[in-house]
Amino acid sequence: MAEGLYKERFDGRTVNEVRPMTAKVGIVPSADGSASFETGGTKAIAVVRGPRTLHPQHMQDGQTGILRVNYGMMPFSVWDRIRPGPNRRSEEIGKVCEWALNSVVDLSGFQNTVVDVFIQIPKADAGTRVAGLNAAAMALAHAGLPMKQMLTAIAVGKADKTLLVDVDKAEEDFHDGEGATDVPLAITSRTKEIALLQLDGKISPAELAESIEMGKKACDDILKVQMEALKNVTGESNE
Amino acid sequence: MSKYIMPNLQKEKIESYLNEGKRLDGRTAVDYRDIVVEDGVSPCASSAIKVSVGKTQVMVGVSLAVTTPYPDSPAEGTFMTSAELHPMASQQFDIGRPGINAIELGRVIDRGIRESGFIDFKGLCIKEGEKVWQVFVDIVALNDDGNLLDVAGLAALIALGRAKMPVYNEETGMTEHEFSDNPIPLNKEAMSFNMTLHKVGKAIVADVSKEEEAVSSYRISIAVGEDENGKARITAGQKGKAGTISADEMQTILKLVEDKWTELFPKVKEYAFG
Repeated sequence: MAEGLYKERFDGRTVNEVRPMTAKVGIVPSADGSASFETGGTKAIAVVRGPRTLHPQHMQDGQTGILRVNYGMMPFSVWDRIRPGPNRRSEEIGKVCEWALNSVVDLSGFQNTVVDVFIQIPKADAGTRVAGLNAAAMALAHAGLPMKQMLTAIAVGKADKTLLVDVDKAEEDFHDGEGATDVPLAITSRTKEIALLQLDGKISPAELAESIEMGKKACDDILKVQMEALKNVTGESNE
Repeated sequence: MSKYIMPNLQKEKIESYLNEGKRLDGRTAVDYRDIVVEDGVSPCASSAIKVSVGKTQVMVGVSLAVTTPYPDSPAEGTFMTSAELHPMASQQFDIGRPGINAIELGRVIDRGIRESGFIDFKGLCIKEGEKVWQVFVDIVALNDDGNLLDVAGLAALIALGRAKMPVYNEETGMTEHEFSDNPIPLNKEAMSFNMTLHKVGKAIVADVSKEEEAVSSYRISIAVGEDENGKARITAGQKGKAGTISADEMQTILKLVEDKWTELFPKVKEYAFG
């Protein structure tokens, strides 16, 4: 591993290693599409409802359907209980996830409708928005909505001078040396472009470029997990 | 794409089946669907489980925090149940503040647990007048396929029965990020289990599906615990919807509740306490 104060990862992973992943499709029977994505101590559930007519009417778009993303953490997902309901953090994350998913989904054939995506986090050990995006992309595909390509997401980052893939909570809280940097990324599956990027910490341009490349490689593996799950829809539906 | 449920169109079919003692899904009028309990939903909660009854699914977590007691009960812990009927669970639920259904569901479950004496509030006292444990039960609906009230209530009991005390650090006055092996203070013998019956057509039906729930004329929820002799003892009740209960029906209901309780209560205890 690189020089610096963070030499060995707390859980023994290599710098490029993603925590063990499990993906399932078809977990909520009454939904139009649903999926879960679990990696280490983080799990996301995504549910798609729609397309359905959007009310109030003045919010409708005659040119295209509208995607709406709602993100929230369950009250028992972390050590300090979270009050149920929306908050500033969850509203913002919902919006950035909405932009990211909008770059791959094509709702132009569904004028005046809305497609709702609900992302919920039953357990959290960092990387909840990227786990949520991985689940949401599968749920949209499961709902049979037109997609230009898949979307795959990962949080990369840095603890002191060491670049890391799939940063967990203990690494996010790394305070020594240069501290921790957290970069959630979403990458489109075919064109390999960045659909979501947020950054929190201190990192040089060269290091950021390198960590994005590390993230793209990890996304190739995550994509395989997503595609495999989509071929093996598990749950039963209400139909 | 989206399927709009129109149970009113199915009403006649649902009712004529029930008149012959049958249901659309093959159950008899009094059968419950299979109960499945999955543990380990979140390692950060005292307990967090997923309970499925048929296709109705809920997640319930129990969390404990240190708080100051209410002035009128300085040596007792506090308790709060919240329910989110999240739109991911049903087309009929909306985003935003809890509506009347979520509020009623949370309150009926909260009251049932509180009034039965299942939680040992005195056992939740750390230092009288200064510090007590606050117990949160958080219910998140995942998929509504009918009878959410019973499923959520059942899940709350099981989650409380399995909950472990957090490790409390007296020096910092904070909880550590770990749990002891000790259960939270409960009066196990006071546990009582809620069953909701609906009148659909002429029949009294247990564990309703979403469609049956939509066309029923009334519902009645009755919570039943165990008396000193191991017999059924009713601890809470609530009638819902506009229909009225005849004397004969009430007799049928009480008989049915007792029978179902005798059948299900040992299973519920097994799920909650192992």
